[in-house]
Amino acid sequence: MDAIHLEYDVDGKNFVSAGSATESVKAQLKGLGINPADVRRVAIAMYEGEINMVIHANGGKAMVDIFMDKVIVKLIDTGKGIPDIEQAMKPGFSTADEDVRNLGFGAGMGLPNMKKYADECIIESEVGKGTTVTLITNFS
Amino acid sequence: MKINEIADILEGTFLTGAEFGEKEVFSACGSDMMSDVLAYVKDQAVLLTGLCNPQVVRTAEMMDMVCIVFIRGKKPPKEVIDLAEKKGIALISSPRRMFSACGLLYSNGLKPGN
Ligand SMILES: Nc1ncnc2c1ncn2[C@@H]1O[C@H](COP(=O)(O)OP(=O)(O)OP(=O)(O)O)[C@@H](O)[C@H]1O
Ligand SMILES: [Mg+2]
Repeated sequence: MDAIHLEYDVDGKNFVSAGSATESVKAQLKGLGINPADVRRVAIAMYEGEINMVIHANGGKAMVDIFMDKVIVKLIDTGKGIPDIEQAMKPGFSTADEDVRNLGFGAGMGLPNMKKYADECIIESEVGKGTTVTLITNFS
Repeated sequence: MKINEIADILEGTFLTGAEFGEKEVFSACGSDMMSDVLAYVKDQAVLLTGLCNPQVVRTAEMMDMVCIVFIRGKKPPKEVIDLAEKKGIALISSPRRMFSACGLLYSNGLKPGN
């Protein structure tokens, strides 16, 4: 199998469509016959990242490369950036407001969850410039 | 427990996915925080929630859940029902509140799971 490259625009103004990039990637991985447990790991981590782009960063781009043995998901936004990544990674830390919480998010669990489910979770961020999250999941 | 039994016990009505009524499920979770569902759910097949936005269906789909019960008689907008239909997830609306709905299912044999 050759590597498959997928790209998505994540609309930062549209909470309704948030998660549709992940939905599409999940369907593709399923179609390729990837082990369901691995598909779920990729889906959860990417979905958390996609939601973060919408609720914290006005959207961005998702780039996905599917290889024989792994998938690499890159979530790139030009949002406000994360001032203190170590603090942001702590379970329970969230800057989400009441509106976001009323939608069912903002528990401060997304980044820790991405770290838990992906084999590698690399966060690069610059305040005022944006954030890039790279999620690497090896197939078992 | 079958999805049909969940609907019966909770006096609920199917909003979509009634054709999955004979599917067997073994555990459930109740939450209005999708963050928590994503962080803590393992193999629970049923989600009980008072939240009605499309991310409820997306969250359930990411977790491979097969049925969502909207409590307190809530009915999500049509776009949410359509999304669930596309994903093959059964939606049930029940007049019960969260505590009673969970309690009823628990005492009828549905488990919290891991
Ligand atoms: N792409 C991003 N751009 C800017 N800030 C971000 C981004 N992703 C995360 N953050 C910051 O890191 C914090 C922690 O993120 P995390 O995903 O763990 O929690 P949350 O999104 O607030 O809540 P939850 O994920 O549980 O719904 C966020 O509250 C936000 O301040
Ligand atoms: Mg988050």
